[in-house]
Amino acid sequence: MVTEQQQRIEPSYPKNRTALGGPRLGPVGWARWVWRQLTSMRTALVLLLLLAVAAVPGSVFPQRGVDPVRVRQYFEDTPERARWLDRLGMFEVYSSPWFASIYLLLMVSLIGCVLPRMRQHARSLRAQPPRAPARFDRLPVNRQVELEADPDDVVAAARATLGRRRFRLREAGDGALVVSAEKGYLKEAGNLLFHVAVLGVIVAVAVGHLFGWRGEIIIKERESWTSAAGSYDTLSLGPLVDQSDIPSFTVRLDDLRVEFESEAQGAQFGQPRVFEGVATIERQGEQPRQRGFGVNDPLSIDGTSMFLLGNGYAPVVTVRDDAGDILFSDAVTFLPQDNTYGSDGVIKVPAAEPSLGFAGGFLPTLSIGEDGMTSSFPGLVDPALVLTAYEGDLFPEGRSQSVFSIDTESMEQVMQADGEPSRMLLRPGDVLEVPGGRGTIELESVIRWGGMLVRHDPGRLPALIFAGAALVGLVLMLGVRRRRVFVRVTAPAGDPSAPGARHTGLSIAALPKGTDPGLDDLVDGLVEQITSASGARVLDPGPGPARTTDDARDEDEA
Amino acid sequence: MTNETLAEASDLAIWGAVVVLVPAMLAFLVHLAVSGSAAGRRADQREPALTVAGSPGLPQPPAAQHPGAGAARASRRWGVVGLQLTWLATFLTLAGTVLRGVSVGRPPLGNMYEFALVTASFALVIFSGWSLRRDRLWLGAFVTLPVLVILGAAKVAWYTEASQLMPALNSIWLVIHVTIAILATALFTIGAALATAYLLRDRAETRDRVRGWIAALPEATRLERITYGIHIVAFPLWTFTLIAGAIWAEQAWGRYWGWDPKEVWTFIIWVVYAAYLHARATSSWSTRRATWIALAGFGCVVFNYVGVNLLMTGLHSYSGVAT
Repeated sequence: MVTEQQQRIEPSYPKNRTALGGPRLGPVGWARWVWRQLTSMRTALVLLLLLAVAAVPGSVFPQRGVDPVRVRQYFEDTPERARWLDRLGMFEVYSSPWFASIYLLLMVSLIGCVLPRMRQHARSLRAQPPRAPARFDRLPVNRQVELEADPDDVVAAARATLGRRRFRLREAGDGALVVSAEKGYLKEAGNLLFHVAVLGVIVAVAVGHLFGWRGEIIIKERESWTSAAGSYDTLSLGPLVDQSDIPSFTVRLDDLRVEFESEAQGAQFGQPRVFEGVATIERQGEQPRQRGFGVNDPLSIDGTSMFLLGNGYAPVVTVRDDAGDILFSDAVTFLPQDNTYGSDGVIKVPAAEPSLGFAGGFLPTLSIGEDGMTSSFPGLVDPALVLTAYEGDLFPEGRSQSVFSIDTESMEQVMQADGEPSRMLLRPGDVLEVPGGRGTIELESVIRWGGMLVRHDPGRLPALIFAGAALVGLVLMLGVRRRRVFVRVTAPAGDPSAPGARHTGLSIAALPKGTDPGLDDLVDGLVEQITSASGARVLDPGPGPARTTDDARDEDEA
Repeated sequence: MTNETLAEASDLAIWGAVVVLVPAMLAFLVHLAVSGSAAGRRADQREPALTVAGSPGLPQPPAAQHPGAGAARASRRWGVVGLQLTWLATFLTLAGTVLRGVSVGRPPLGNMYEFALVTASFALVIFSGWSLRRDRLWLGAFVTLPVLVILGAAKVAWYTEASQLMPALNSIWLVIHVTIAILATALFTIGAALATAYLLRDRAETRDRVRGWIAALPEATRLERITYGIHIVAFPLWTFTLIAGAIWAEQAWGRYWGWDPKEVWTFIIWVVYAAYLHARATSSWSTRRATWIALAGFGCVVFNYVGVNLLMTGLHSYSGVAT
């Protein structure tokens, strides 16, 4: 039922006030007007809806901060569209100015809303419940009964009953036959707590961003790694973090256990099932300690947490020259490319003359089908290393390059005797000749590596505490009911001393704040309790309006 | 690891629930139609009463003097039939869900299919329990329809073979975070059903055309109060889901918030329902417009469940549905 704007009574004076020379807003007036608008509930509501809409593109387009690989892919697939989207900030929605402007405005609006309300609530906590209104029948719930009792006894009973129900009472005036009571102050307290706590969460997140850092590192089984600013594969520091803040500790990955689903078929086949490891942690001046860890179970070291996020295989490869001298022997990290852990990697042998490079794939479970060699299962059922060799300058002009790829610009592929590109398939224990008398390559064994994330976030605990406080505030705000109850007792007319003729009137009215379906029951209960507490007999149950239909009783107290 | 017999029994129970829910929904619809027309007649007082004889031997209740009361009783009978069938469906859904959990030896919260089963269970249990305490026959059709859709979609499109969990899900937070998320989802579903009922009834009242099955619904103001009542229970639960999810994300992925699509949509849902609560408290917004926001929130809940799981790439890829 749209009542608003149904009919608008047009003012009889001209709308253009400047023509009238009426009051004009100065800068202060405008500022005040903007502040009013910004802190109004309607603005907050619009900003909330805007925030919801503005968050959507971040889930539609890949985000640089979340998945930079997919962003790059997007640029390669549709460069024109990607450039436009990038200009609009669609790949960095949550750090874009327009997203920030919405939540900053919302924060300002929130502060502007909460501060005056805090003052007001502090005042109302000290103040007494307001005076009873003159006419009870204007209040949404009201009842009248006539009792045979002394008016003062009824007032005393009302005060006692309301007090027992934890209502706050207005101080009694001398001989006044009126009681004002209020309860549910926690509703507003919860409301304020919730909003302040939400601000607290945002501040904690900001603190975590400014003072936090994260680093990623791949550690192979039985390998030791020491944390330092330069030892991470990637390290991103918050704006206010210095490299010297990175703590120093040593982690040895003793064992990594990974298992995959081999029973269930369909989409579940090959899904990871077990993913856990054992590590030895050593800090300066402390005994090394061994600890198990895994997904959902990070290691905590020196104010940082170390998470196991990825895993893969590292074939242990030994390359010898044709005299049998070892040129290279190490476990080489191969990166999984799909769910079956078909992995890509390279082996660089700069000690060879000229330098040798091997590129290829590692397949934990070799399967030869129409589309060539693939992996059919992520576990090590029939592991195979498939390589081709290159020869030449591995590091042209000393350029730095990734450990996961070979720059073949100044290298040539090694050919087999039949003129085909070299191709070697190694299973653990196999030793193969590199074509052309370039020595041998051996796959000794296969070990695993764990992709570790090391993170320090000082805003983590405050954010959790504020979030908990927000939840408590929310429950109070939505669960507690703020109610005002007014009681008026009217002295009987005529001779009060005449026995059996004391028709004392008892009126009770209640005013809720917001929706309060249980108010009828509350007032009914109060009538009953006050009556019995004053030792009275009900003479006239009274007309008792506001008791609409039977249906109205059937209300949830949800 | 997986007990095949129990898994099959679970599948059967869920099919049974679907089969039972169809007549339950139909009975509730008949109940609405019959009691709506009876209410219309009571309001008119013009048409003669349509007398449906009660069973012989039973004393006629005094209400029978009222015109249309016979039809009202007959319609109640339809409603009660619907309710009893719903209780049976509730039992079957619960049994199917529990059997699924027992068959894999873990809480049945690991993939989209199981999530749907638990959502349907919660929605049915909440409705059944509620209807024990209050007369909620008019709500039956609004609840059984979405539950039927959820179970049907789960069976047809999202079915996943019973199997073990991926390690990322193997945490106590699976039980805490996902159970509460599902409970909130079930409440949002019932809330959306109520919001729809309110908007329909409110429109009919505004146009002064309360007739047909609409007349069987409670008054708009009352419907609106119940709608709000459900939402103020669901919203803190969703807030808890958000917080618990953040705690778990911190343990599993090393950050409590990372703008993963699921996180984004959980946040959007939270903001939209927060906007609903604000809109309801804003005097310049009508309750009807506020209720539309609640329905938009439910649209986001559905998208978060279906769209994000199946269309978007992210860390929450547990749907178990082959793509």
